[in-house]
Amino acid sequence: MKAIIGLLCGTLFGIGLAMSGMTDTAKVLGFLDVSGDWVPDLAFVMGGAVCVTLVGFYLVLKSKAPLLGKKFLLPGTRIIDGRLLGGAAIFGIGWGVYGYCPGPALSALVYMEQNTGIFVVAMLVGMALTNRLTRA
Amino acid sequence: MFAYATPLIGGLLIGTSAVALLWFLGRIAGVAGIVWGAISAQPDNAWRWLFIVGLLLGPALYHTLTATPYPVPSALPWWQAAAGGLLVGIGVKLGSGCTSGHGVCGLGRLSPRSLVATITFMATGIATVYVIRHVLGAM
Repeated sequence: MKAIIGLLCGTLFGIGLAMSGMTDTAKVLGFLDVSGDWVPDLAFVMGGAVCVTLVGFYLVLKSKAPLLGKKFLLPGTRIIDGRLLGGAAIFGIGWGVYGYCPGPALSALVYMEQNTGIFVVAMLVGMALTNRLTRA
Repeated sequence: MFAYATPLIGGLLIGTSAVALLWFLGRIAGVAGIVWGAISAQPDNAWRWLFIVGLLLGPALYHTLTATPYPVPSALPWWQAAAGGLLVGIGVKLGSGCTSGHGVCGLGRLSPRSLVATITFMATGIATVYVIRHVLGAM
């Protein structure tokens, strides 16, 4: 049952990404290019998604446990440190260099472009490398 | 129809997916976190792999059923894809989240950490595109 929910949520998420244009690097880079020919699409995507999570999370978290689990597994850290800032800064640079963040990059694999495959492999290498270096 | 209807509806679907994942499984729909959990062989992993399968199935269904053409392939060179991917991978691991984890889910639960992260990556993303397009004059 949990696996089916994973599949359904992933599929809904993927439809949302494709429909919203987030699998199109031109739209993402166009949004980030505020001094150029600005493409506002991403503001509507983020705005729409956050409106739903703001209300939805509030309602869901009123209950004690999720429907199919013992407890809600939420990130417990509340510290804002150099690691968070540095990581977010590096992530933003990578996002601006090519125009993909993790979700859209995976979804765009369906388009069978070589560059997307290269992006995803490089992303996994970056994650694994960072994990190894920061765990020591 | 309203010019930004598809980004808005797409965003609503993404938000709905995140709420459903929290409601049913008690999990945050952060794609970077889900991918890392899947490849680092966490216990109880089937839902993560199937979420990733869904991420690919969704666009396949969307483009087929609505007869929407695929986006125009990026004209950027392969090494720019490699560099972007590597930086994104390093950044999400250090910063504990991406656009979906911090942006969509973190903001949804009013996390100050996620707000700071989201403002930071938006700012460096904008700065990066500015430098590449308007300082270096590349695409």
